[in-house]
Amino acid sequence: MTKILIPTPLRPFTDKLDTVEVDGATVGELLHNLTAKYGGLKQHLYAADGKLRSFVNIYVNDDDIRYLQKEQTPLKGGETVSIIPSVAGGAPAVTEALPELSGDEIKRYSRHLIMPEVGVDGQRKLKAAKVLCIGAGGLGSPAAMYLAAAGVGTLGIVDYDVVDFSNLQRQIIHGTPDVGRAKLASAKDRLNALNPNVHVETYEEALSSDNALRLFAGYDVVLDGTDNFPTRYLVNDACVLTGKPNAYGSIFRFEGQASVFAAKDGPCYRCLYPEPPPPGLVPSCAEGGVFGVLPGIIGVIQATETIKLILGAGEPLIGRFLIYDALRMRFRELKLRKDADCPVCGTHPTVTKLIDYEQFCGVAPHQVAAAAAPPTSMDALTARELKAELDRGDEIVIVDVREPQEFQINRLPGSVLIPLGELPKRYVELDPNANIVMQCKSGMRSAKAQEFLRSKGFTRVRNLTGGVLGWIDQVDPTQPKY
Amino acid sequence: MAIRLTADVDAAIRAHGRATFPHECCGALLGSAGVAREAFQLPNTTEEGPRRRFLVRPDDYRVAENRARQGGFELLGFYHSHPDHPARPSQYDLDHAWPSFSYVIVSVMAGQDAMLTSWRLKPDRSAFDEEPVDIIHSPDHEITT
Repeated sequence: MTKILIPTPLRPFTDKLDTVEVDGATVGELLHNLTAKYGGLKQHLYAADGKLRSFVNIYVNDDDIRYLQKEQTPLKGGETVSIIPSVAGGAPAVTEALPELSGDEIKRYSRHLIMPEVGVDGQRKLKAAKVLCIGAGGLGSPAAMYLAAAGVGTLGIVDYDVVDFSNLQRQIIHGTPDVGRAKLASAKDRLNALNPNVHVETYEEALSSDNALRLFAGYDVVLDGTDNFPTRYLVNDACVLTGKPNAYGSIFRFEGQASVFAAKDGPCYRCLYPEPPPPGLVPSCAEGGVFGVLPGIIGVIQATETIKLILGAGEPLIGRFLIYDALRMRFRELKLRKDADCPVCGTHPTVTKLIDYEQFCGVAPHQVAAAAAPPTSMDALTARELKAELDRGDEIVIVDVREPQEFQINRLPGSVLIPLGELPKRYVELDPNANIVMQCKSGMRSAKAQEFLRSKGFTRVRNLTGGVLGWIDQVDPTQPKY
Repeated sequence: MAIRLTADVDAAIRAHGRATFPHECCGALLGSAGVAREAFQLPNTTEEGPRRRFLVRPDDYRVAENRARQGGFELLGFYHSHPDHPARPSQYDLDHAWPSFSYVIVSVMAGQDAMLTSWRLKPDRSAFDEEPVDIIHSPDHEITT
C-alpha cells in the first residue's frame, strides 16, 4: 500500500480524508486505482485526452514525477505520494488599448469604416498592427503599398539591394529615377508619399539566423517576399519559433503560390516541404524569368491575408495552399495539414533554434563568387581567350544552352542554340570529339551542360566563364545586356 | 455558498493588488468556517507575463497549506488581481481551477482597487458560479457584545 496525501480542494471527493492508501506498482497505476475508488477525482486530475492536467503535480516523497519516470515511475510501497496543486489564472485575453483615429484618418479610411467587417475598431487594429516585409522586390512592392494604403500602422522592411533597371518591370514601388538607389530608401519615400500616417522601419541588412528572431519579435505578422530557399526556410523557422504567422508567397515565370504558414495550430512551410530541393534544380527568377504582373497578384494576396489576420475577419488561407496560373488564368487550392512529425512545428521538434540555412539548402555561401573565379584552362576559358582562339582560326563549336527568347536578345557569332532542357535528347547532334565551348548568360547553366556532355563521353568541352555577358563586356560592347 | 472576509483581509487583498499593479498579485485565503481571516501573500512566479497571468508553484502551495495548518486554519481558496480588467474570471482561470476553492478576484483599474468578487468552479468544470462576498466590518465589536 502507498500513502497518498490529498490536497484541500480534492478532499470533498475522498470522504474528507487528507490521506488515503491505495495499491499500485507505478504512479500511473496508483492514480488509476485512486480514481477508481474515488470517482469524483478523475475529471479534476485528468484532462479529456486522458493526460494529467498541467496544474496537477504528483510528487513521490519529495520528487516531482516529471523528473522521475512520469507516470511510469515505479513504486515499491512505503513511499508517500503527494498530489500538489499549482494554482494559476489571469485576466482575459489581451485587448491592448487601441490607438484612436484622427479626423484625417477617418476621412482616408472611410470606405473601410462603413463596412462592419472592418469598422472603426478594425481600422484601429490596423493602426496598432506591425507587419514585417522580407524584401522590397516583386512581392514586397505591391504588398507594402497596399498595406500602407490600408493603414497598417508600422511597416518594417528588410532589404539590402539596390534598384536595378531589370527590377522595374514588376517592382512597382520603385521608379525609373530610383535606379541605383537603395531599395529601402526608394520604398520608404514611396510609402510615405502614399500614406504619411504609416511608420516605416527599414533594416538594411540580409536576414540571417543572427538577426531574424530579434527582428520578428517586434512584429505581429511576417510577409515573406523572398526569392531563395535558404531565406524561405529561415523565415518559416523564425516565424514558428517566435509564434508569428507567415503570409507566404512565391513566384516563378507564370505561376504563383500563396498560403499562411505558422499560424496558431496551422501547418508551416516545412509541413509541406520538410527538405529543400537539390540546389540548382529549381531555377531563380533571374534565370527563368517572371511575368511582371504575377507578383502583383501574389503580393496583393499576401497583403490581403495579412490584413485579414490583423482584423480577425473572414477565412484565412491557413491550411490551404493556393496555386495561380496566370497564362491559363486559373486558381487551384490544395489542402495542407499540420504534420505532427514536422521537424520545427511538430509535437517533438528537432529544430529548436535557427540553423545554417545555406548549408541546409546545400548552397555554399559564396557559390556565385566561386563560380566567377578564374577556372583551370582545361575546364573553362574567358571571352577574351575564346576570341583569340577564333581569331587564329581554331575550329570551335559554340553551344548556347539558353532559351530561344534569350538567344534573340544577344548571342555569340556562329553559336548553336540547344536549350539546357533539350540537351539530354539533342546532344547526339554534336560530335563527341569536336572542340566545344558551352555558353549561357553568365556561366552557371553551361557548367551543368558541360558536366552532362562529359558524362556522355565528350572529351573537349570547355565552359565560357561569364557567359554572353562576359563576351559583351570583353569583346563586343555593341550588343544589349539583360 | 458565500465567502466572508474580515475587513482586514479585504483591505490586504486590495493593497496587494495595488502594490503589484500593473502586474497580477496572488495569495492564499486562510480561515475557518467560511470566514477568511488571513490573506497570505505568495509570489507570482508565472513565466507568461505577470500583467495577464499568475502562477503559484507546488512549493508555495505547500507553504500555504502548512501555514494554514499551523494557525489552526483551513485553506479556503486563492485570490488574485486583474490589472485593468473587470473582476470576472477568464477562460484561463476556468481551465486551471480547482474544485471547492473560493477564487477571489480584485479588479485594479489604473492602479486603484475596484470591484472584488468570488467564484467557485461548478462540479462539472463547465463554468464558475459567483458567490456572494460578505465583509465582516467589526469583528471586535461582535466579540465584545
